[in-house]
Amino acid sequence: MALDTAWAIGWVRRTAATIDEHRAELVTLDREIGDGDHGENLDRGFRAVLEAVDAASFDTPGAVLKVVATKLISTVGGAAGPLFGTAYLKAAQAAGDATELDADTLVAVLTAARDGVVSRGKASVGDKTMVDAWSPAVDAAGAAAAAGDSPEQVLAAAADAAVTGAESTDPLVARKGRASYLGERAVGHRDPGAQSTVYILRAAVDAA
Amino acid sequence: MTVGILIVSHSAAIATGTVELARQMAADVPLVAAGGTDDGGIGTSFEAITAGIEELADADAVVVLCDLGSAYLTTDTALDFLDDDARARVHVSQAPLVEGAVAAAVASQTGGHVDAVLAAAASAAASEADASRSSSPSGDQPGGAVPADGTGPVDDVAASESVELVNESGLHARPAAEFVKTAARYEASVRVNGVDAKSLLAIMALALPKGATVTIEGSGPDAQDAVEALVALVRSGFGE
Repeated sequence: MALDTAWAIGWVRRTAATIDEHRAELVTLDREIGDGDHGENLDRGFRAVLEAVDAASFDTPGAVLKVVATKLISTVGGAAGPLFGTAYLKAAQAAGDATELDADTLVAVLTAARDGVVSRGKASVGDKTMVDAWSPAVDAAGAAAAAGDSPEQVLAAAADAAVTGAESTDPLVARKGRASYLGERAVGHRDPGAQSTVYILRAAVDAA
Repeated sequence: MTVGILIVSHSAAIATGTVELARQMAADVPLVAAGGTDDGGIGTSFEAITAGIEELADADAVVVLCDLGSAYLTTDTALDFLDDDARARVHVSQAPLVEGAVAAAVASQTGGHVDAVLAAAASAAASEADASRSSSPSGDQPGGAVPADGTGPVDDVAASESVELVNESGLHARPAAEFVKTAARYEASVRVNGVDAKSLLAIMALALPKGATVTIEGSGPDAQDAVEALVALVRSGFGE
């Protein structure tokens, strides 16, 4: 299907479902190298998002993304709130008034989301954060769009690259966030934010 | 100028506790706590931070102190949603929460400009370390510990007097705050036992007990008045 408003709403529903499904896993990942609240916080956030999306009607994907942003910011108590919230907010701005995202707009949306996360959290690739999933996703999306792929294919390329990116956090020592207090002890554990980024992008693919 | 202070913590108890602690030494400063999530859990709340800034709308400036990482992220996000005018009066300090809040509140209480309040907060951690260094045992230095930069005696001392500390509990937080407030009324540069008499945390870190000798040195135009006022304050036992 086209990446239109119905797709954006479907993306929200699938994200809420997949975060709920993987809540325990995200809690465990975060308990190993953080404060253990990532799955809980994100689940609460997307439940609130779902309620808000169900209660309103939308004309554009950007309008949907904006509601996701404000709900995550106001309901997720941990770092994921401002980080994902900023990502969705910047994504919404990049989507603008478009009723349907073409490949180039989709790349702009993903790039804006990644840049939002970077500007908010000041993390770089290799710091063992969600940026390690976002950045390769944006690069892969850009390459796919340049090769003339469809929006759906661009989205799939991004989600696949995010998986590899999240896996790349396993051997890293964290340089940002609560895991940075653990030093070498964080090695061998996946960054929870990188993993939830994978679930969010995969939900976008599944909704398309 | 009124500088309000917003305390952002993952824990409601830490935020309200820090406000109580700071208020003890700065009764007139608007202090607001924004701790915990909206449902009372551990985390930081965009809504509470936004409401806290709103509650401090009457202050000329707001200094925000945060605890761990996402407290800063949530605060920065809340600031992004303010219009430019509202945002311009809010300043986020990187100082440690408790020490920074106390130092900032005392600086605000003494009528400090927002820059002075931020500087007081920023100096909080450093001044504790400096003061404990200069009051630590002398080791192999025959003349006592070499003072760290900025903690030595005042150049060109214009007035100097030593006095015994008479109050029961020594120079603890409340009398130290009184001391700083009094010192801040003078232009003179004043040192107490080698540390800046206008730095609350430096004075507290001296941990002077009852019976200790307090040496107050001043330089500058009103040094004599400053030293006399501070000596009188110490002699009075800070009203305790």
